[in-house]
Amino acid sequence: MNDMSKTLDAVQKLKFYQKGTLTVGNRLVVEDERSVQASLDRSNALTCGHRACQGCGEALGARYAMDAAMRVTGGNLIAVNATGCLEVFTTPYPETSWQIAWFHSLFGNAAAVAAGVAAAMRVKGRTEVRTIAQGGDGGTTDIGFQCLSGMFERNDDVLYICYDNEGYMNTGVQRSSATPAAARTATTPAVGDAPGNVFGQGKSVPRIAVAHGIPYVATATVADLHDLEHKVLKAMSIHGARYIHIHVPCPLGWGSAGHDTIRLARLAVESGLFPVFEAEYGHVTGTRKIRHKVPVTEYLKLQRRFTHLFKGSVVDEARISRLQAICDRNIDEYKLLASQGDA
Amino acid sequence: MLKQIEGSRAMAEAIALARPEVICAYPITPQTHIVEGLGEMVRTGALTNCEFINVESEFAALSVAIGASAAGARAYTATASQGLLYMAEAVYNASGLGLPIVMTLGNRAIGAPINIWNDHSDAMSMRDAGWVQLFAETNQEAADLHIQAFRLAEQLSMPVMVCVDGFILTHAVERTDIPPQADVDAFLPPYEPVQVLDPKEPISIGAMVGPNAFTEVRYLQHHKQNQALELIPRLAAEFRQRFGRQSGGLLRTYRAEDAELLVVAMGSVNGTIKDVIDEMRASGARVGLVTLVTFRPLPIAALRNVLGSVPHIVVLEKSLAVGMGGPLANDLDSALRNLVAAPHIHSAVAGLGGRPITKASLHRLFRAALDGGWEGTHFLDLNEAIVEGEISRMREKRRSGPTAESILRQLARKSGPAAAVSGSQL
Repeated sequence: MNDMSKTLDAVQKLKFYQKGTLTVGNRLVVEDERSVQASLDRSNALTCGHRACQGCGEALGARYAMDAAMRVTGGNLIAVNATGCLEVFTTPYPETSWQIAWFHSLFGNAAAVAAGVAAAMRVKGRTEVRTIAQGGDGGTTDIGFQCLSGMFERNDDVLYICYDNEGYMNTGVQRSSATPAAARTATTPAVGDAPGNVFGQGKSVPRIAVAHGIPYVATATVADLHDLEHKVLKAMSIHGARYIHIHVPCPLGWGSAGHDTIRLARLAVESGLFPVFEAEYGHVTGTRKIRHKVPVTEYLKLQRRFTHLFKGSVVDEARISRLQAICDRNIDEYKLLASQGDA
Repeated sequence: MLKQIEGSRAMAEAIALARPEVICAYPITPQTHIVEGLGEMVRTGALTNCEFINVESEFAALSVAIGASAAGARAYTATASQGLLYMAEAVYNASGLGLPIVMTLGNRAIGAPINIWNDHSDAMSMRDAGWVQLFAETNQEAADLHIQAFRLAEQLSMPVMVCVDGFILTHAVERTDIPPQADVDAFLPPYEPVQVLDPKEPISIGAMVGPNAFTEVRYLQHHKQNQALELIPRLAAEFRQRFGRQSGGLLRTYRAEDAELLVVAMGSVNGTIKDVIDEMRASGARVGLVTLVTFRPLPIAALRNVLGSVPHIVVLEKSLAVGMGGPLANDLDSALRNLVAAPHIHSAVAGLGGRPITKASLHRLFRAALDGGWEGTHFLDLNEAIVEGEISRMREKRRSGPTAESILRQLARKSGPAAAVSGSQL
């Protein structure tokens, strides 16, 4: 076993279940088990001064993901960004918050552009340089979906990271295929008989990624940043197409308080609405168990995009129970409760 | 080395001689044989140090090339027709980013109605996209232009589109000289990017630019294209010196001396036009030809120089801007703007969707121009009976059905598909 995998295993085994605190408690663990963010030599890939909103989950997730990737590659990293919030708030010309080689081409082609970068590095014999593509849910689950699937199918040596804030937030909070049912957006207004987004069939891009049989797929949230870092470290230790889907609350689009970003990400997991799992070569290999199962209403009530469900004298029990059913189905599907054993 | 080969094969061999490092392939007729040839050369080891990537769409093809080029690799792809439209967003992106990608366009009509045959509608759709657009007249020039294109693109850091007539050039088997690798290496040095993604010197490329700088960025793109107007003739001269033949350049003239009428055209149709000019010259008509090789940037000074003092011009083009007329004629009009004695421009649209442009039709057309010409846009060999029949049929009832299918039915009812080219009189 080499040093890297030893470190990875050590990170994986850590649990930070301290009573009464939501922090990961870095100071309580030994040095080489601490998070990348806790180290003095973190790269600050996405440095301060950018223009994200207060409490932005995407900025937080991107910072942790990229610093972890920079550590594991020794700084030999090229990042390709889809158009979207992350691109806009980091690079208002002539300023940039990226302290890494960073490239933006279009909204829907990040996976293909990254495949091109990876091909260039391969042909030039610079095997030490690794490539990451990143985008929001619109650039991933909608407009960039074809390029993403093509990159998966060819097994290009690219890690694609989707920061899922469940809508087109950069253009003013419109619905995407990742927007949850019943959520209010600018294009699914909270009016009429069935306010908010429709109950469709859903579109789990992580599951679609698993169906491609690629070497590594993981979901993560900004509520468990140590887990997120671990997954990025693990993904970068593997070659071929890899996919990490990170749930990132958006105070602006969700109508939530900036200080509730981490709490919302945790409630999304604890309710079962966002299953956190890993998969390798087409098979789910592990899930993060729910610690304290909560009803979905605890998650919904903190967000103004769902207030129409609770407004007035009548609570919209029917649609709330449909949302709860989605959570329960996820819990069964991924065996998210400790009592259900391994997935 | 002289070879009797298909145009696509000749282009593939010329492209391979340019040592591309990343090739992205997606099939669309009629460019497909080119990337098939390159794929085979990578597999057999005839082309080494090259990543050949089969992508899932033209949008991805150019996007992969964009990534590869930004990371410092010499990148190539090819497309045609609908494929160019499907990658349109990336076409503009590549030029805006100043990436020296070379792309072959196997010129083909755009649907609907779907049509796989040759015209220049696809190239015209991207004429303002910031790419250099070169048009090949022969298989030899199609091969040679690719070697020049990489040098041009990389020297100025901007993308170049080599436009070759679908089927007429891509599928015709002709004798073509494929130069030795050493000569191409001497002509085309390794790619030295002006900007590159490199972790050793990390920079951000592709930032958002607001009103404070956007005009300047665009102006410099325009400025760069105008530099190509100087570089293209220099490269053609250097190419001629090294390889012993004339290929490329801004434009070429044929029997233009003392001409009363000059024809302006692009691509393979120039061969037919030269034959017609020879025949007309033999009977005393003062006609000549200007073959436009470089369509973008438009060589305005060179065009004014050769066309400025001639009384009549026929612009013969395989493209139509619906609702306006011939786009090349329009460009010529603007190139000759404000001349004291500007020539009379006669615009003719011909060869749409692969309709053959015959010598007989060209004779009629050029004669008509010498006899005073016509106003507006002339559609060469338009079947007027069919058109009028369809117009009156559409007038008769509201739900007249789809036009294309109705015309095909009418033609079948008459004397079969040959009726389509019965010809119209000027």
